[in-house]
Amino acid sequence: MVNYFFIRLIQSVLVMLVVAFVAFSLFNYVGDPVHNMVGQEASTEKREEIREKLGLNDPVHTQFLRFVGNAVKGEFGLSYQLRRPVSDLIAERLPATLELVFISALIAIVSGVVLGVYTGINRDGFLSNIILILSLFGVSLPTFVIGILFIYLFSVILGILPSFGRGEVVDLGFWNTGFLTLSGIKAIILPSITLSLFQMTYIIRLVRAEMMEILQTDYIKFARARGIKKNTINFKHALKNGLIPVITITGINVGTLIAFSIITETVFQWPGMGFLFINAVHFVDIPIMSAYLIMVAFIFVMINFIVDITYYIIDPRIRIKEEVSPE
Amino acid sequence: MISEVINKIITNDIGYSFVKSKIAVISTIVFLTILICSTFAELIAPYNPFDPVNVSLLDAFTPPVWVDGGSTNFVLGTDQQGRDMLSTIIYGSRISLIVGFASILFAMSLGTFLGVTSGFFGGRYEIIVMRFTDVQLTIPSILMALLVDGIARGFISKSLHNDMAIYVLIFAIGISEWPQFARVTRAATLVEKNKEYILASKIIGLSNFLIMFKHILPNILRPVLVIATIGLALAIITESTLSFLGVGVPPTTPSLGTLIRFGNDFLFSGEWWITFFPVIFLVVLALSINLLGDWMRDTLNPKLKTR
Repeated sequence: MVNYFFIRLIQSVLVMLVVAFVAFSLFNYVGDPVHNMVGQEASTEKREEIREKLGLNDPVHTQFLRFVGNAVKGEFGLSYQLRRPVSDLIAERLPATLELVFISALIAIVSGVVLGVYTGINRDGFLSNIILILSLFGVSLPTFVIGILFIYLFSVILGILPSFGRGEVVDLGFWNTGFLTLSGIKAIILPSITLSLFQMTYIIRLVRAEMMEILQTDYIKFARARGIKKNTINFKHALKNGLIPVITITGINVGTLIAFSIITETVFQWPGMGFLFINAVHFVDIPIMSAYLIMVAFIFVMINFIVDITYYIIDPRIRIKEEVSPE
Repeated sequence: MISEVINKIITNDIGYSFVKSKIAVISTIVFLTILICSTFAELIAPYNPFDPVNVSLLDAFTPPVWVDGGSTNFVLGTDQQGRDMLSTIIYGSRISLIVGFASILFAMSLGTFLGVTSGFFGGRYEIIVMRFTDVQLTIPSILMALLVDGIARGFISKSLHNDMAIYVLIFAIGISEWPQFARVTRAATLVEKNKEYILASKIIGLSNFLIMFKHILPNILRPVLVIATIGLALAIITESTLSFLGVGVPPTTPSLGTLIRFGNDFLFSGEWWITFFPVIFLVVLALSINLLGDWMRDTLNPKLKTR
């Protein structure tokens, strides 16, 4: 166990170092960082002074180590375009993205499980078929198209929901939330549903397949033979086992939600990290790009690490394999 | 002569199940129509929308022909610059298809090469390649493409951006999709390399290269084709998403995604056709390729057949 844990940990750290190196070379070798900071007017002496201050004359490995050290502390320098510390910019926008991802995950899991169980139990029902056909469309439609269609239907034609922004935000000091105002709650409805649809269809199919498989097993047949009520069988005996894969899949999918939030945030002009990143790509604002790169890589590596470890704890087969043939 | 060919196709196993599947036939017809229209855009599109001679600002915002104020000159209406929507869509789908095909070709070559060689040689090389695919498969391809695109933009000087944008895009999408190919071809190679004909070719002294790419590769092409088809739909969607986000192809040669991005600005002022027709076109294109891919997966999969 300890061995496995350490191998995975070392692998994760290695991946992070590779990503950090890409981000570092992006920062150092794309254009001239001094030029990007002071513009064209500065004198040669001034430039040399800044160069010395930033430590750009040091050997490459010292610079890289300093970069990693700063990254661990969360410092990524100044944004070229906005002239403010990147860490501040990210701290401002992180709540918006996390609130969006949290609500989307909630919608995706709750409705995904409910619809999945329903279609799994009523296999050939009329409503089940409609749900499945709709979910096929959900997979084929690109996220931004869904967003545009929602905006057109609910904002332009019906005019009941806002199409951009977060609404009114309450500042709690360390966190600004949109949950406490009516306009904030209204604003999150369309983006969160847009973001959740793809995951929802995924979870529907997964839960449906699991339920159908479990309902065939012997212990369910036995429960039926004993005359236990149908609802008790479906929800107490079958659902409990059907939910195990959902838990692990959900972990991985949080990463996917963060990735797709870039698109949703752009469509709805949601002031989150993804919107910040897309703007940074437009203006080649490298400090923000490298900071985002490192943050996203960190989130993905963390999720993978946690999922791997949970698998190891939950699934005894991995442990046995390892004891028989230690790698 | 022609009836003989048709007869041959229908009596063939795959051909028969193709003709019998309505969805496959319809989606093939739709896809081929789009493919032919966009290939011969110069002949089929009513105007060349990128030639200033044909464009007049006076025609801007003409609605489609069946709406009040529509003109028979512009069946699907015009955009904000007075360009005919039907023509821009046909030209735009050409860009989308070129990027889609090129990037999937790139992903297929890279993934298949790494998959076949790692399956064939095994050892530490195989472990490294497979570890890479595992890591990359956990990252959504759209995010991978965005990051590669962003990094490449950083490294390419600004003046070259527009000329290089399409190649950067092809590279970014290709890089984001190769692991699927590597994983499947490796598994197939592992099965194939223990068969007798490979042993025979080893005994007569063929080079490893010949064995891998002349003897193993043709035998594992079926799953590669299936992944390539579904991957093509994904690549087209990824391209349009990136273009919609404004980091795809330059506005001078708009793809379907770029058109949707432009049209999105006019959604509120009531000019819905500027967004909607590219959207419908994109969805129909992606859906037809997806359905074709689904059919191929069911038909070409020997596991499903024996059941």
